Amino acid sequence: MVKYILKRLGVAFLVALTVSMITFSLIYVSGDPAVALAGEAASNEEIEHIRKSYGYDRPIPVQYMDWLGRALQGDLGRSHYLKEDISHVILTRLPNTLILAGCAIAFALTLSIPLGVAAAIRPNSLIDRFALTLAVVGQALPSFWFALIMMFFLGIQLRWLPISRVETWQGFIMPAIALGYYVTPGVMRLTRAGMLEVLQSDYIRTAKAKGLRPLTVLFKHALRNAIIPVVSLAAVQFGFMLGGSIVIESIFAINGLGFLAWETIQRGDLPMMQAIVLVLSLFYILITFLADMLNAFLDPRIRVT
Amino acid sequence: MSDTILEVQDLVVDIPVSAGMLHPVQSISFKVDKGETLCIVGESGCGKSLTSLAVMNLLPKSANCTATKLSLDGEDLQSTSERRMSDIRGNKMSMIFQEPMTSLNPAYTIGNQLTEALLRHKKVSQSEARDRAIYLLEKVGITAAASRLTQYPHQLSGGLRQRVMIAMALMCGPEMIIADEPTTALDVTIQAQILHLLADLQKEFNMGMILITHDLGVVSRVADRVAVMYAGQIVETGTGKQVFENPTHPYTQGLLECIPIPGKTERGAHLGSIPGIVPSLVGDLPGCHFADRCRHVMDTCRTGTIDLSPSFEDGHVYRCVQTPEQCAANLKKGAA
Amino acid sequence: MAQMRRRVFGHYGIIIGGAVLAIIFAIAIFAPLLTPFDPILDQDLAQKLKPPFWHDSPKYDPAHPLGTDLQGRDYLTRLVHGARISLLIGFSAMIISGVIGTALGVAAGYFGGRVDMIVNFIITTRLSMPVVLVALAVVSLIGSSLWIVIWVLGLLIWDRFAVVMRSTTMQVRNLDYVAAAQACGCSTFRIILTEIMPNVVNHLIVVATLEMAHAILLEAALSFLGLGVQPPAPSWGLMISEAKGMMFFDAWLIGIPGAALFALILSINLLGDGVRDVTAPENRN
Repeated sequence: MVKYILKRLGVAFLVALTVSMITFSLIYVSGDPAVALAGEAASNEEIEHIRKSYGYDRPIPVQYMDWLGRALQGDLGRSHYLKEDISHVILTRLPNTLILAGCAIAFALTLSIPLGVAAAIRPNSLIDRFALTLAVVGQALPSFWFALIMMFFLGIQLRWLPISRVETWQGFIMPAIALGYYVTPGVMRLTRAGMLEVLQSDYIRTAKAKGLRPLTVLFKHALRNAIIPVVSLAAVQFGFMLGGSIVIESIFAINGLGFLAWETIQRGDLPMMQAIVLVLSLFYILITFLADMLNAFLDPRIRVT
Repeated sequence: MSDTILEVQDLVVDIPVSAGMLHPVQSISFKVDKGETLCIVGESGCGKSLTSLAVMNLLPKSANCTATKLSLDGEDLQSTSERRMSDIRGNKMSMIFQEPMTSLNPAYTIGNQLTEALLRHKKVSQSEARDRAIYLLEKVGITAAASRLTQYPHQLSGGLRQRVMIAMALMCGPEMIIADEPTTALDVTIQAQILHLLADLQKEFNMGMILITHDLGVVSRVADRVAVMYAGQIVETGTGKQVFENPTHPYTQGLLECIPIPGKTERGAHLGSIPGIVPSLVGDLPGCHFADRCRHVMDTCRTGTIDLSPSFEDGHVYRCVQTPEQCAANLKKGAA
Repeated sequence: MAQMRRRVFGHYGIIIGGAVLAIIFAIAIFAPLLTPFDPILDQDLAQKLKPPFWHDSPKYDPAHPLGTDLQGRDYLTRLVHGARISLLIGFSAMIISGVIGTALGVAAGYFGGRVDMIVNFIITTRLSMPVVLVALAVVSLIGSSLWIVIWVLGLLIWDRFAVVMRSTTMQVRNLDYVAAAQACGCSTFRIILTEIMPNVVNHLIVVATLEMAHAILLEAALSFLGLGVQPPAPSWGLMISEAKGMMFFDAWLIGIPGAALFALILSINLLGDGVRDVTAPENRN
């Protein structure tokens, strides 16, 4: 178990390091970051000033090591546009995004796992067909369009839910659905396929032959094993949601990291852009690592060797 | 001693498949007394496993199962609710499967899986269940039983897992135990150990047992009664002694020729084999199912239904158009 | 073969998905012939926001069955030309990502060991970068054009190709006939081309449809955020974005391109699911 954790930690660390390099080099995609930062109307003196103050005149490896060293201490630099500490801005915006993504994944899992289990218990039944239809339709709905449609019907026509810039829990309902529904088809299909496979396994027959109650067979013996791949998928999808929140947050004007990213990109605020990509990637790495740990807990074949 | 524990009459299993209706089990009847071992012998696909699953009421949902009588200890199993049936399974009647590698849930400890049936069926405490598990693990020959309880299935070898499966089946002290080819997946060296262990435990706990196996050597030693199955039917049944000493049905004769018997088969003698393959059981099959592979086939074998003969030596019956004397003569001819 | 044909034509998903996709494809090819207008040039502010035919309004103009947009451009014309952009982006990005992902996946699956480890690391790293955000950032830095969007998406979404090709190649590689080919002294390249690829191609097709749909959705999202295809090009995502402000009054402006996008993605996915069902019926569930 210790070996497993260390191995995963090592990989996570290496991935994080690589991601930081890619993220850092992002600002050089356009060529000269000082020119990009200064804007089109800037004079040569202004560009030189920015180059000096941001240290873009130093060799790139030195810049990277400096940036990484500060980032490790929690200092992500200053925003050129907002004139604020980037870490501070990100920390104030992060909670909204985490709440949104958390609600979204909660919505997705509470919808898709029971549906997938029900579909697997009775293949080709009405509920199975319903689940399949939902999956096929869900996979084809563009999330931003779905968000606007929901806004139109639930917010404008029926006036059931607030449509934007609301920090109460009702304000998170539509965004969470818009962000979460896209995950449901995948999770549902995986749950269904896993349950179908497990329910036909020999150990389920053993459990039935012991005379265990159907619910015990289903939840203790079947779901526990079928859920293991779902955990990994849910973690990956949660990571995607953090990135995908950019679309939903900009539609519902939720003051989170996604919305910040959108504003930042439009302003061309390079250091802030770097920082956001880095933070979201690190979150993804953290979440998938936690999912690996949860799976090790669920599956003794990983845990006990 | 001779009170019947399990009685099955005219058990029929039908499974709809894309090509029509599959008849894997066609009117099987047998009974098992307390403390008696019935061995069901036959090649793969003859319906042995489905028969045992039908008795346990564990057939897949698509299968239709009927019987004129199916009773355990006098209780009719056909009309019982699924709820009552689950009270019986693992409690009064339990089953051991042929795949020890996959028959244990990988996510739970041996101890958890051993005790859960007992906790479900009997009013016992956790520690009592644990004690019973340790007692039975020792009974099935597992050393350091207490420490095994915290292990997971993947940490055990196939032979150990099958011993755990046997202990698990015995947890509630069943009156009837069904072992479906419990040794096919194991190493040859372990096969005999496990079968002898089963036979010993069966005598010790005075259970009725159905042992489904290919291993005729074991059958000859442990069987009180033998039922030979071919293509969904019982083709011959009798006591172990009757069937082994006086095999009557041509299929039984062929089976026995296929195995060397120590002291009987001469060194260098050719072992027999049965040519041909098992017929498809989709749709109705007229006449004798073995006709295509039988050396003594006649025109009358191909039509009508061939029923089991009347008992010709105290419960020894067979399914063939020929008389016992003709059959016995066939055996000599074949051997010559 | 006859059985295969029966399976294909007995599969609702393939029939419906294939038919809808074929229609959208035909519309994209013949777009200029379908309407008398130009999607960009024919704008007339006096004609703006004509309602579509199902709105029983006196403002309805039979020359514009789906109405006109804010600039007075014929909405039907923009819609049919938008199909070209979606299909072009979806197809091209799919090809680029398919080449990258297949090369990585097959290499990892075939050689295993250290190659597999490295490819796995690359996949994990790629997955941990948020696609939409990175795409937006890159596009915003190097400017956006149709081909930049295609390349950025193609270079980003190869992960599923790599994952699926890796595992299927691994399975095929361990089969006896590959060992037989190696024993015959065939070159590695030849074995991959003639023994491995034909046996993984059905999985490749399924992933290709999924990724094409994925690319189309991403382009729409990028354009919707204003950093994909640039106005005045008639991208469906951009059309929805432009109509966003009119949602209270003219919701159909959003409904029409969104429905088109939905129909296109749905038909591609149905076709992909169908191909998977038909080529591997045992994996159906």
